[in-house]
Amino acid sequence: MNHYELIVIGGGPAGLAAALAAYEQGLRKILIVERDKELGGILNQCIHNGFGLHHFKEELTGPEYAGRFVEMLKDTNVEVALDTMVLEITREREVHAVSVAKGYQVLKGDSVILAMGCRERTRGAIAIPGDRPAGVFTAGTAQRYLNMEGYMVGRRIVILGSGDIGLIMARRMTLEGAKVLACVEVMPYSGGLNRNIVQCLQDYDIPLYLSHTITDIRGKGRVEGVTVSQVDARRNPIPGTEMHFDCDTVLLSVGLIPENELTRQAEITMDPRTNGAVVYENMETALPGVFACGNVVHVHDLVDFVTAESMRAGRAAAAYVQKGEADDAGLITLKNGDGVTYTVPQRIRPGNVENAEVFFRVNRVCGASEIRVMSGDTQIAKFKRAHLAPGEMERIMLPKKLLEKAGSELTVGIVEL
Amino acid sequence: MKELICIVCPKGCHLKVDEANDYAVTGNGCPRGAAYGKAELTNPTRVLTSTVKIDGAHHRRCPVKTDRAVAKGKLFELMDLLDGVQLTAPVKVGQIIIENAAGTGANIVCCKNLDAVK
Ligand SMILES: Cc1cc2nc3c(=O)[nH]c(=O)nc-3n(C[C@H](O)[C@H](O)[C@H](O)COP(=O)(O)OP(=O)(O)OC[C@H]3O[C@@H](n4cnc5c(N)ncnc54)[C@H](O)[C@@H]3O)c2cc1C
Ligand code: SF4
Repeated sequence: MNHYELIVIGGGPAGLAAALAAYEQGLRKILIVERDKELGGILNQCIHNGFGLHHFKEELTGPEYAGRFVEMLKDTNVEVALDTMVLEITREREVHAVSVAKGYQVLKGDSVILAMGCRERTRGAIAIPGDRPAGVFTAGTAQRYLNMEGYMVGRRIVILGSGDIGLIMARRMTLEGAKVLACVEVMPYSGGLNRNIVQCLQDYDIPLYLSHTITDIRGKGRVEGVTVSQVDARRNPIPGTEMHFDCDTVLLSVGLIPENELTRQAEITMDPRTNGAVVYENMETALPGVFACGNVVHVHDLVDFVTAESMRAGRAAAAYVQKGEADDAGLITLKNGDGVTYTVPQRIRPGNVENAEVFFRVNRVCGASEIRVMSGDTQIAKFKRAHLAPGEMERIMLPKKLLEKAGSELTVGIVEL
Repeated sequence: MKELICIVCPKGCHLKVDEANDYAVTGNGCPRGAAYGKAELTNPTRVLTSTVKIDGAHHRRCPVKTDRAVAKGKLFELMDLLDGVQLTAPVKVGQIIIENAAGTGANIVCCKNLDAVK
């Protein structure tokens, strides 16, 4: 059986950063398994710029950002198995993989990092009524067709959902000569970054309809038009508000789901709020020696944070191989309080960190606010923010001193001032 | 008076820019917003990213960008220019594909290493 100190599943930015960090800590038998024909993950199709402002202090395109890590990998002896799909991981950290070149293989890892990323929600996952004609794509699929394979998916486009991928595609399709008629968002606010609303919609006079949704898709064979209606506070369509658009294509940008089939099969504890594994401060899952990072844990909007989190996972995997299991004395469980939808990590072992970095998302748009960290009824930390929004992941640092004072449970909540 | 949303930081201040009064900005939470508001109305610029055809690589398209921000009004002219470009692998990140594209002063550069494949 092929044996490695670390097997990384997925060669996107998460897997690349994790492998590099583990190498820097001294591991010398590392394998990255990637099902695609190249490394880089979803970044290969994200040709727009805006990546790397935090990590490299410059604005790169997705392929450039991924390229930097691929170059760094060339100076190491990290092995890469491309065109190889992982089918199963066991609780003994055996990785079952299949490829045309090598057939069915069982690989054994002293440690394993899950970095499988996420996939897009499809029409089925959100149930839009109407016909089932051709011409309905997820925005990410259209992005891959256009940016990598060179196919235009349509000429007259309506976009459902105002997530970043949809916004980016609105601009991209417009520049390529398509007419984007509308971007339709069911929530009263956009899920995308402000910068994308301005530079992808407003720059090209594409209307954004908030609190609206597609209530019908028509067409024989190919999409011919859609009906868009306003929705009430409970997201039910309001009769009489219908608008009709003649379009040949609908792009769905309605969210991402972490790709965790392998994680579930291995019966690793999941968090229903993130749809990812429950992780400790060092990105270890509930199965010792198995770590997870990037979009497979929770959906990120900035790849820079994916890189930071994944380096932490890589270092932790190295420590596990070199020093064994972490000490879980004084374990703290993190809970989401008012206005917070989840936290990552969900568990902190104070003995195992200097500062615990905690990511979370809020459930509403807020002006000046305070993030409050409570241990029972006692507030142990607060952080001021001028602005909070669901589309932007928040990050706080909890120092060790504070964690040592905390009880077995901490709650992170927000209060608008 | 023109209303804009500042995109320099995530706060997203709602700016009011007074064209009649030397583009004086109000509503900005910090000085960077004032600079952004004025530039957006006097000379808005953007980095353009797109793809061009490539032969002999794994993919049929090669990602490219302008190496600096160009006047917003030039974007569609640059897109037309890119339509006629045909590369052959191999290409390297940073390689200049068109110098001083459409007189903007910006070069079109390659964003990805693409090796030649048989
Ligand atoms: C369509 C789409 C567009 C996006 N656009 C943007 C954007 O414009 N800007 C932005 O900041 N963020 C964007 N994101 C978010 C972006 O995905 C993250 O910032 C970052 O790429 C996540 O890195 P990752 O390594 O966790 O995941 P990914 O980049 O998705 O990488 C996961 C890798 O794992 C591989 N893999 C999965 N399962 C297996 C398996 N069983 N065996 C072998 N390999 C496997 C996949 O092939 C993939 O290469 C986008 C996400 C999606 C899905
Ligand atoms: S004006 Fe300043 S604080 Fe307000 S969004 Fe712009 S950069 Fe941020």
